[in-house]
Amino acid sequence: MIKNEDGLLSPPLLATARMGELLAQQYLEGNTVNGVKKVAWFSSGAPIEILQALDFFLYTPDNHAALCGARKMGAEFSEIAEDHGYSRDICSYARTDFGSYFAGRTPVGKIPRPDLIVVSNNICQTILHWYQAMGAYLNAPVFVVDTPFLYEDAKEHQIEFVKMQLEELIPIAEKISGKKLSYQRLKEVIRLGKECGDLWMEILHRASTKPAPISGFDAFVLMGPIVALRGEPSTVSFFNDVLKEVDQRIANGIGAVKNEKHRILWDNLPIWYRLSWMSKKLASLGIVVAISNYTYMWGEPAQYYDLDRPIEGIAKVYLHTILNRSTGYKLDLMKRMVAKFSLDGVLLHSDRSCKPYSLGQFDQATALLDELKIPSLILEADHNDSRIFSEEQVSSRLQAFAEMMG
Amino acid sequence: MLYQGIDIGSSSCCVVIINGKKEIVSSSVVPTGARNFEALKRATREVFENAGISEKDIGHTVSTGYGRERVENRDKDISEIACHAKGISNYFPDTNLLIDIGGQDSKAIRIQPGGKVVDFSMNDKCAAGTGRFLEAMARVLEVDIDQFETLDAGAEGSQSISNMCTVFAESEIVSLVAQGIEIKEITNAINRSIATRTFSMTKRMTIGVHNLSVAMSGGVARNGGVVRMLERLLKKKIAIPPEPDRIGAFGAALFAME
Repeated sequence: MIKNEDGLLSPPLLATARMGELLAQQYLEGNTVNGVKKVAWFSSGAPIEILQALDFFLYTPDNHAALCGARKMGAEFSEIAEDHGYSRDICSYARTDFGSYFAGRTPVGKIPRPDLIVVSNNICQTILHWYQAMGAYLNAPVFVVDTPFLYEDAKEHQIEFVKMQLEELIPIAEKISGKKLSYQRLKEVIRLGKECGDLWMEILHRASTKPAPISGFDAFVLMGPIVALRGEPSTVSFFNDVLKEVDQRIANGIGAVKNEKHRILWDNLPIWYRLSWMSKKLASLGIVVAISNYTYMWGEPAQYYDLDRPIEGIAKVYLHTILNRSTGYKLDLMKRMVAKFSLDGVLLHSDRSCKPYSLGQFDQATALLDELKIPSLILEADHNDSRIFSEEQVSSRLQAFAEMMG
Repeated sequence: MLYQGIDIGSSSCCVVIINGKKEIVSSSVVPTGARNFEALKRATREVFENAGISEKDIGHTVSTGYGRERVENRDKDISEIACHAKGISNYFPDTNLLIDIGGQDSKAIRIQPGGKVVDFSMNDKCAAGTGRFLEAMARVLEVDIDQFETLDAGAEGSQSISNMCTVFAESEIVSLVAQGIEIKEITNAINRSIATRTFSMTKRMTIGVHNLSVAMSGGVARNGGVVRMLERLLKKKIAIPPEPDRIGAFGAALFAME
């Protein structure tokens, strides 16, 4: 939760506390779920609908790593992973999770053992090796969903390729769960998943209002359920409440940042261990992060769900994640966001840990300046490893960025 | 009425006082060291004594540099990027690319006539390509940092050292010294290392920019060896102001006047 002792920000949304409860309940259930339900670990970008329909308890190590990052445990766990031979150059989410595993410590009590691990390479390649290593440590089967990289919209043969893999997953997951997949139940999961995605997009789009009722930092915090609990009835109800609260803010003219002067886009993952600091630092310069393409990616592909062709729809959803698409697509999305959210600048977090997301940022910055006259700032940091972050360097770059926007 | 600009950087603390005609009345540079408050006090005392003025003669004060938020009597703090751009534009109004290499930062700044910043790029988390890098190399070679400009005279450019990491560069130099390589070749390699690293940063900032008008500020602009190599790489003459390490404080003083 972003604290607000300096009065630069409006009080956090009431929904933030409920979000914490939702995730805490899920982690709590995970503490004792082994032996009660079958457990599936999934990479945050992996298709979960089949697993949900088969009543697996779902757990995503990515979200756990982000939680450790927000609790400022990322560097400590990373060091432990490095002590075990993992390179400092690999993703700090992976190192955080490895470190937590080796240390036998976690802020969530106890992590459930996996009966099945499903991982997709639609967000990066590191994740395959990370999950395969965990599968080896924990003696759990690993199913890989291979998503071909998209240079434009998915072609028929690419959709067919992913669909075939999902059809292959069904009997494996059925065998482990001891249940038969009900298509009726699958359709219900898909319907709820689409509703979650659509609601999330509506919430984010509300920030096109001036002043922005919700900031990118609020969205980084509120996105937990769309990553870990999408397609759950409780998530739909939660996002409905968030939307109501955001609309109330618009009706009352309340902005997330009290003195909103500049509106910017945040590109890439957040800096979890500095979320509050960064939010207040930007607010002190009159800057609101109106939108982030990172929070957007968890809702945008929901448009591809298809109740008439459920498996094909799932294949399309997970093919169209932003990290599985070309850098040109990302640039095009950023340009559309500049117009929709009336942005004055773009902050590109050059994330040492996330190479796929950071690729092409210099060209994107140049194109935004040349074509739209929108200034950018490239900020070097890391999403979980605080050893990469330098407060003084970041402060002076942010101040110069604010001055550049006028 | 007089105006004060204070630039507390990582290696030096600079105070510049200007009058209403943008003329420098007095200035002082002292090493920042471990106690930046004391460095600031010393620089301020010097600058006041030199000009025979006192604090009550100062209309406004703007601070810049890494210590900018710690200057208690400031009216405003402004980033060093904006201050260097402002300062250099007063000397060379047509400048559209400013290279500023200070103690721990090197920057390529694209500016509009008049000094407004359009875009900038800075070095990442490494001292390579900065003044600190030169200081470290001077220590290894047991020479004074000011000698880098003249020591490389007549060098053939037969050696090269890493521009990726200061620590690696240091050990490379130790190895070159051990091999008996002439000092002019080593200093030439050091200057080239900074120039090539800075050049790649300027390239990023100037894609599609024609009619480059380049100026340089910061302490490293005093090193003619680096400047000459950068000129060769950029195929452009680089304009250097009289006291390049005072440009940040001068720009801050100009903002104070405004």
